[in-house]
Amino acid sequence: MARANGAPTNGSAKGGAEITFLEAIRQAMFEEMERDPAVLLMGEDVGVYGGAFKTSEGLLERFGWERVIDTPISESAIIGAACGMSYLGLRPICEMQFIDFIVCAFNQITNFVAKGHYLWNAPAPMVIRGPSGGGVHGGPFHSANPEMYFIHTPGLKVIYPSTPYDAKGLLKAAVRDNNPVLFFEHKFLYRRIKGDVPSEDYTVPIGKAVVRREGKHLTILSYAAMMHTSLETADALAKEGIEAEVIDLRTLLPLDEETILTSVKKTNKCLVVHEDTKTGGIAGEIAAILFEKAFHDLDGPLVRVTSLDTPVPYAPTLEEHFLPNAKKVFSAAKELARY
Amino acid sequence: MTKQMSRELTRQQYLDLYYYMRLNRAVEDTMVKLFRQNKIVGGLYSSLGQEAISVGTAYTLQKKDWIAPMIRNIGALLVKGVPPRDIFMQHMAKYDSPTKGKDGTSHFGDLDNLHIVSPISMLGDLIPVMTGVAIGGRYLGQKVVAMTWIGDGGSSTGVFHEGLNFAATQKAPFVLILENNLWAYSTPVRRQVPLENLADRAKAYGIESYIVDGNNVVAVYTTAIEAVERARAGEGPILIEAKTFRRLGHAQHDPAEYVPKEMRAYWEARDPIALYEKFLTREKLLDAAGKKEIDEKLDVLLTAEREFAENSPMPPAEFAQGGVYCTGDDCHKIRAKWERSIGEVTPPKSSVKPVWTVPGFGSGRGSGGADAPIHFGDTPAVMEKPANNSRPAKVAAKPVAKGAKKARAAAASASRKARR
Repeated sequence: MARANGAPTNGSAKGGAEITFLEAIRQAMFEEMERDPAVLLMGEDVGVYGGAFKTSEGLLERFGWERVIDTPISESAIIGAACGMSYLGLRPICEMQFIDFIVCAFNQITNFVAKGHYLWNAPAPMVIRGPSGGGVHGGPFHSANPEMYFIHTPGLKVIYPSTPYDAKGLLKAAVRDNNPVLFFEHKFLYRRIKGDVPSEDYTVPIGKAVVRREGKHLTILSYAAMMHTSLETADALAKEGIEAEVIDLRTLLPLDEETILTSVKKTNKCLVVHEDTKTGGIAGEIAAILFEKAFHDLDGPLVRVTSLDTPVPYAPTLEEHFLPNAKKVFSAAKELARY
Repeated sequence: MTKQMSRELTRQQYLDLYYYMRLNRAVEDTMVKLFRQNKIVGGLYSSLGQEAISVGTAYTLQKKDWIAPMIRNIGALLVKGVPPRDIFMQHMAKYDSPTKGKDGTSHFGDLDNLHIVSPISMLGDLIPVMTGVAIGGRYLGQKVVAMTWIGDGGSSTGVFHEGLNFAATQKAPFVLILENNLWAYSTPVRRQVPLENLADRAKAYGIESYIVDGNNVVAVYTTAIEAVERARAGEGPILIEAKTFRRLGHAQHDPAEYVPKEMRAYWEARDPIALYEKFLTREKLLDAAGKKEIDEKLDVLLTAEREFAENSPMPPAEFAQGGVYCTGDDCHKIRAKWERSIGEVTPPKSSVKPVWTVPGFGSGRGSGGADAPIHFGDTPAVMEKPANNSRPAKVAAKPVAKGAKKARAAAASASRKARR
């Protein structure tokens, strides 16, 4: 993937192109840094090496040492320094080499970064992004889905896209947002998922879900890698005469209640599929919203298909058992459709 | 590095330092009264006896420079230009306070004018944040210095290390004042840190440090101004250990009975304001009339400021709901203030190496590795049996400022007594 002067090879020439999920993220950072000199990138091995997954390849050559900063292995320092930079009107992007390590900076994020605007009217326009999720046999410390730690923190926004188009558009929107935004990139999708992106500049609005597939019998809510599992399941369900409406949440905080409620009021049944573990996962929050706002519209229980309540195990046999898959979603959906 | 106390101040500077120390103490005295009248909503922390550090360090800064105060740095806020009423109202949770009642104490900031970053209660967190301010300011060409304070206790946190180390690798224009007041709540410094001088921590980051008598405001100022100028000139972050003593408890509720009497007596005899008054009188910079003038000025000012604060209303209950998120340009227009050509940081010029790059940082493709000094280590290709008498090399002792040495010896003696 050699690029002259770090310029993207795809998608920026003319007429749009099909690119990988990973390239979408790289393009978003590249284009935002081209557009606005206030945008910087900081993280471990993001410069010379181009990032552990090569999401920042070519950025150092293009934007130089002051804008692409290789840091020590110090997540709290990365987040804290980014927050300080944001106070000067800069818009730093912080990479967590694996999103699992974001918890090393938990205090900085939840106490410093998230509370500043509420407490002393200090906006912190910054993005914290990194590879998340399992299915690649990364083991218990390289497979995390830590979104819920942060969804419980007022002041943050949390994005978890599933397509290259959304990844690029939402990351650009995150960079331009005046608030701290956490941006999770499911690493299983990095090189497996390709999609078209337009050649011109665009953003995808934060806080808006999207209906990926229309249906009338039940609603499947999902995001990130499980979005693709859900769509695969919906195809299988259709062969049995069950038309599932599949919604990609895309932004988890703030949650798009309107799109969720509109769909559930139509289908009267809701299944939530997420790769995060069950207890305290976002499905529980969605259940509470539906009980509060769509109780009389429900014809069946809210069903959750999630990972097991365990750490992410390493062995492929164990991890496959731990994770949700199309088969599990299919049987849960069939069960729900009977109501 | 030990600071030579030679720099001369102007008459006005000498008197400013005195005024701000007096103001610092008078503001806190007023708050003790408010606390006793139950007008302060939460806790009240005191910097009694530590005023020389807050004032002497903050007084070295220019208007454009940035500070992030800790709980015992009311003096730094006053020097920066915060009116006393704001400090009173913060403590009283009033609607006209800088945070409008959403937070208390010195937890407030000002991004636009005074360049103050609000602290949080988790110690050490300001160090990486102010490192970021320093790096960001340099990037924008503003030539600003960022300063924050930490205590002996706060220097035990992990984020102290992460922040200072990152600042050092970045050569950030950042000055960290380590106020060693000998007590972290009830825990004496020796149980926090097994070091004689906390300034020694600087060695681990390859940065310069100073030790200064924190009760000598002139020494604090002359040390800090040198550090600030060096940091501004691009020499990298600097750590200053100011040796002092926390005269009151952790906060108002704490009688601090764990502090040995001899230790308290030693430091009470070295009150920074009393010491400075004697100095100013001796140097004929202050006489009885001048002192009386300041007494009256403070009295008039603080009576008015206190009255304003007391008359401010409590925030309306529903105010609790808003403000979690910035809603966009209607809320904040975020703009970086560029003081260098944007052309330097946008392609094609942005690929030029900045002058502050740490020599030897990075190697190989794309990092200018050809210029990097290469050291492969001292391991011989053949293994030898180690000699039996091998022992760690002795670290050479470093000279320390006179006052600080005495203070330390007394503190050590006091804490030895305390252990008996």
